[in-house]
Amino acid sequence: MSALRKLFRFHGGVKPDYHKHASTRQPIAGTPIPAELVIPLHQSIGGPPRPLVQAGERVLKGQRIGDADGNVSSAVHASTSGTVTAVEMRRMPHTSGLSALCVVIKPDGRDEWIARQSFDFRNASPTETRDYLRDAGVVGLGGAVFPSHLKLNAGKQGRLDTLVLNGAECEPFITCDDVLMRERGEAILKGAAIMREMLAAGRVLIGIEDNKPEAIAAMMAAARAAGDDAIQVVAVPTRYPAGGAKQLIRVLTGIEVPHGERSTDYGVQCFNVGTAYATHDAIALGQPLISRIVTVAGNVGQARNYEVLFGTPMRDLIAPCAPLPDSDRVIMGGPMMGFRMPGDDVPVVKATNCVLVGSDALFPPPPPEMSCIRCGECAKVCPSDLQPFEMYWFARARLFGKAQEYHLFDCIECGCCAYVCPSRIPLVDYYRFAKSEIWAREVEKEAADQARDRYEFRLLREEREKQEKAAKLAAKTAAGREKAAAALAEAEKPARTPEEEAKHALIAAALERAKAQKERAHPENTSNLSPEQQAEIAAIEARRAEIREQAKPHLRADD
Amino acid sequence: MALGAIVLGGALGYAAVRFRVEGDPLVEKIDAILPQTQCGQCGYPGCKPYAQAIAKGEAEINQCPPGGEEGIHKLADLLGREFKPLSAEHGIEKPKAVALIDEQTCIGCTLCIQACPVDAIVGAAKQMHTVIAGQCTGCELCLPPCPVNCISMEPIAESVESWKWKYPVFKLTPSRKEAA
Ligand code: SF4
Ligand code: SF4
Ligand code: SF4
Repeated sequence: MSALRKLFRFHGGVKPDYHKHASTRQPIAGTPIPAELVIPLHQSIGGPPRPLVQAGERVLKGQRIGDADGNVSSAVHASTSGTVTAVEMRRMPHTSGLSALCVVIKPDGRDEWIARQSFDFRNASPTETRDYLRDAGVVGLGGAVFPSHLKLNAGKQGRLDTLVLNGAECEPFITCDDVLMRERGEAILKGAAIMREMLAAGRVLIGIEDNKPEAIAAMMAAARAAGDDAIQVVAVPTRYPAGGAKQLIRVLTGIEVPHGERSTDYGVQCFNVGTAYATHDAIALGQPLISRIVTVAGNVGQARNYEVLFGTPMRDLIAPCAPLPDSDRVIMGGPMMGFRMPGDDVPVVKATNCVLVGSDALFPPPPPEMSCIRCGECAKVCPSDLQPFEMYWFARARLFGKAQEYHLFDCIECGCCAYVCPSRIPLVDYYRFAKSEIWAREVEKEAADQARDRYEFRLLREEREKQEKAAKLAAKTAAGREKAAAALAEAEKPARTPEEEAKHALIAAALERAKAQKERAHPENTSNLSPEQQAEIAAIEARRAEIREQAKPHLRADD
Repeated sequence: MALGAIVLGGALGYAAVRFRVEGDPLVEKIDAILPQTQCGQCGYPGCKPYAQAIAKGEAEINQCPPGGEEGIHKLADLLGREFKPLSAEHGIEKPKAVALIDEQTCIGCTLCIQACPVDAIVGAAKQMHTVIAGQCTGCELCLPPCPVNCISMEPIAESVESWKWKYPVFKLTPSRKEAA
């Protein structure tokens, strides 16, 4: 239900051209199963999943092919049935153009599902439900691909005030959430209801930018049909980046989550509408995340939204959209925050909300950068309330510590600052550079700390071993000394009692017998020796004694 | 995925700020800058002894090849000394690498295990040995003792995770030439 409610304003923001109309004229279309699916194992934040299949194995649609590596990770699944042809390095949908481990599947065309079963989350513990979602591969579909199970945690209080569903979709060209809300509002709300129960959230606020009247109407109708007063659809003013989590929370609730703090500490958690949809798929239908809605737009004749199986090459999506002949680049994401792809052969992954085809005409190359005139325009538009020109200055000078003091890591890379900069400085490029340098240093630092610990432990161990050896040696000599001392004490002991005397005599007799026996058993090979042999033995004994003598100082040094 | 990096970045917080070791003795501060490769190229049996020598003024700040120019700059800043290029007699700065044992050739003699300063090699007598790549500092100390020369240094390849955004440089492109 929509209500007239007081909305708040986030700092800054810009109003770029939206270009959203072209891709919303037609409903979501399916895509044919491609000839080959290349499914990267690492598609979310956190540890890269471990492959569960080998070349030659047959897999079913929805079968887990990559197992979450620890809890901060998320599983991946086969998006159709077929045969695994390889588990190998393939080029990733990443600006670097580098490769990573992928499961390559040759589809059999049957699209045969695994046995699907809904998950009874009401009779499961929160941990079990979270594990289930992790193994179903549910991650944030707004582009951040943060594992959702980690966010479905009510925090310290065990309950939240507000669950925010993010349908703002503020970035130009991208309309995947818009069409999803228009066509599948009911499932989104069911997913939201599951999330709300898990978080024990009081209300659900669905924020949608007011340039999407159809989506707002559809979601309102769905909310009415659900008949739940706690769910409210709220139209928010269209201003980029209203779809940033912190920005949307601010607009809807007025809460300003401070630098470096979690929204759950303020009773709010925020999910993308696509993530709610995927949660419903996983829990109610037993379908892991194997596809998503992707907008294909930009320099194409026919922009449109497709439901795409993960692993589908981007070029398979672009082809039916009639790319214009001057197209020369593919961007994953939108023009403000997107990433240039190394080619159109890379696969669609969970993070792919939009495949944007570009050309010099559509996105003219940036004019040469000029020096910063410290006009402060960038700070006026920064939605994170930062001072972009200061961060730029320090990033440029590679003074990374300084850049961090200006809250570099609170920058959401929205690009507003670069958008308004009169000197056309590619500010975000500097922030990305600085952030990745700081990250690399953090990793190096950690490795160095570990190496230091291991080195010091080794020194300690060597020292300990040396001492143990010395102690053993000392113990040996000490034992000898003790024996001597004991014998001495024995001799000086006062006269024994008769019983003791008798015992002693017995022992002495036994010893005497043993000695006699030993003498009788004396080896015969040293008797009846020739004088030469005797001399030889004597020489050997002398050498032995000499060596023993030489070894003595070492033994003592070791002591 | 970039956004995720930002999320984690928030958790990371003020790494560089945090790293500043305040109030610690000088040796610790110097040791914190040294790369902990423990390779001995500086002429001391490890990073800590070199740190101690620098603190006492017995060693120059440009003797650590793994630390490279950046390390020397940091030491110069910390100690208020002048920057000097890396001393050639101590070695050259190389891309980071890890040791790899050729498992076919290894005879299991344990000599490399004894040489490794950070216990990054596992194995037992007459058993094939393996380097735990994540713990190898690339010091190369295991190379000379190996009687069958089966250890090689493999440079660490760049991965999607370790890739870094480049410093933004914009080439000045000359105005387009007319068709000849
Ligand atoms: S808008 Fe550009 S020129 Fe103005 S202060 Fe910011 S970085 Fe400098
Ligand atoms: S890119 Fe970062 S610094 Fe620039 S406006 Fe956005 S949040 Fe602020
Ligand atoms: S040269 Fe090697 S041992 Fe010496 S400080 Fe550098 S890394 Fe440490």
